[in-house]
Amino acid sequence: MAETTHAAAGTAHSAADAVAHGSAATQSAGMPQLEFAHFPNQIFWLVIALGALYYILSRVALPRIASILADRQGRIMDDIAAAEQLKLKAEEAETAYQKALADARAESNRIIAEARAEVQVELDAAIAKADAEIAAKAAESERSINEIRAGAIDSIEAVAKDTAGAIVAAFGTGADDAVVADAVNARLKG
Amino acid sequence: MATEQASEGGLVFHPMDQFIVSPLFGDGAVHWYTPTNVTLWLALTVAAIAALLVLGTKQGRVVPGKTQSIAELAYGFVYKMVEDVSGRDGLKYFPYIMTLFMFILFANFLGLLPMAFTTTSHIAVTAILAMAVFLAVTILGFVLNGASFLGMFWVKSAPLALRPVLALIEVISYFVRPVSHSIRLAGNMTAGHAVIKVFAAFAGLAALSPLAILGVVAMYGLEILVCFIQAYVFTILTCVYLKDALHPHH
Repeated sequence: MAETTHAAAGTAHSAADAVAHGSAATQSAGMPQLEFAHFPNQIFWLVIALGALYYILSRVALPRIASILADRQGRIMDDIAAAEQLKLKAEEAETAYQKALADARAESNRIIAEARAEVQVELDAAIAKADAEIAAKAAESERSINEIRAGAIDSIEAVAKDTAGAIVAAFGTGADDAVVADAVNARLKG
Repeated sequence: MATEQASEGGLVFHPMDQFIVSPLFGDGAVHWYTPTNVTLWLALTVAAIAALLVLGTKQGRVVPGKTQSIAELAYGFVYKMVEDVSGRDGLKYFPYIMTLFMFILFANFLGLLPMAFTTTSHIAVTAILAMAVFLAVTILGFVLNGASFLGMFWVKSAPLALRPVLALIEVISYFVRPVSHSIRLAGNMTAGHAVIKVFAAFAGLAALSPLAILGVVAMYGLEILVCFIQAYVFTILTCVYLKDALHPHH
């Protein structure tokens, strides 16, 4: 800034030179700035212009711009506050969501445990029932096997007596049935 | 130099003619009430500022348009300057400082238009501006601080023996303020415009015209800078003087 002022001062000097030379040729009355006769005119109109300008600025322009700037500031503040509130709401919503999620998880765990217990009970009952049935079936089978076995022994005795009688008859020595039966019984016991 | 050129190429220099005050209607004498080119360009200055600051902010949108942005920028620029330099209690005088800044800035820039009349190139105009600031600040200083305003000239931080000398220097510099304040502005405006005019006159010589046009362009660029800087300097010095009146004891 100081540099430009300095430069401007320099040009002022050269301009003054030009004026000094120019005035000789064109017989002008020197600097119009120093024409004191025109001072009242300039001052009069300047005062009017400044007065008008001050009136316009202080009554209309500056209050208006100030209110625009204040409005904007207020608007920004409001928006920031609103954003802050929305953020709080969002945070609340998030905590609510997290809570709901945790609740749901706990609930589902509970349901799973319950279901598991129920199934276990049913399973145990079914197993017990099946065990009982199996035991009954096994006993019955045992019994029929014993019957069959007993039956088989009787049959073997009869078959053995018949066979033995037949064999003896085949040898041509007919034998008494009672003797054959005793012999077979003795054999079977031995 | 000028006379040589004139005789060779019919070249005539009138670098100062652009500053002549002349009546708008007829060629009569310039009385204090005569509407002159000064009146016209002052009116244009006021109209241009009103267009920017009043019409530009008419819609008052929260998201500003181009013109409104510029108006707000100007407002913010001066407001911050007053606040920073003069302090918060200086903001009471913000409307007048804003008036000064906008007036000088627009008068300077309008003066750069071809064929324009630069109102701020006249010492009569700048002297009134500077004297208004000087008187207002001085009166304000005494009204707000009473006789203790004079303490501003009595430098307490200096050795006692030096204080009278310093006081003398301070008083002189205080009274030189309006002079430098006004001459700085008028001088810068006058000089720049006159130099552009001299360059422009050289453009009449075919051999020199490219150089002359280059010179005009360069000077014009410099002048745009100077126009803003001078408005800024005038305003910030006003703020500094105002600070002295508000807080004379630094």
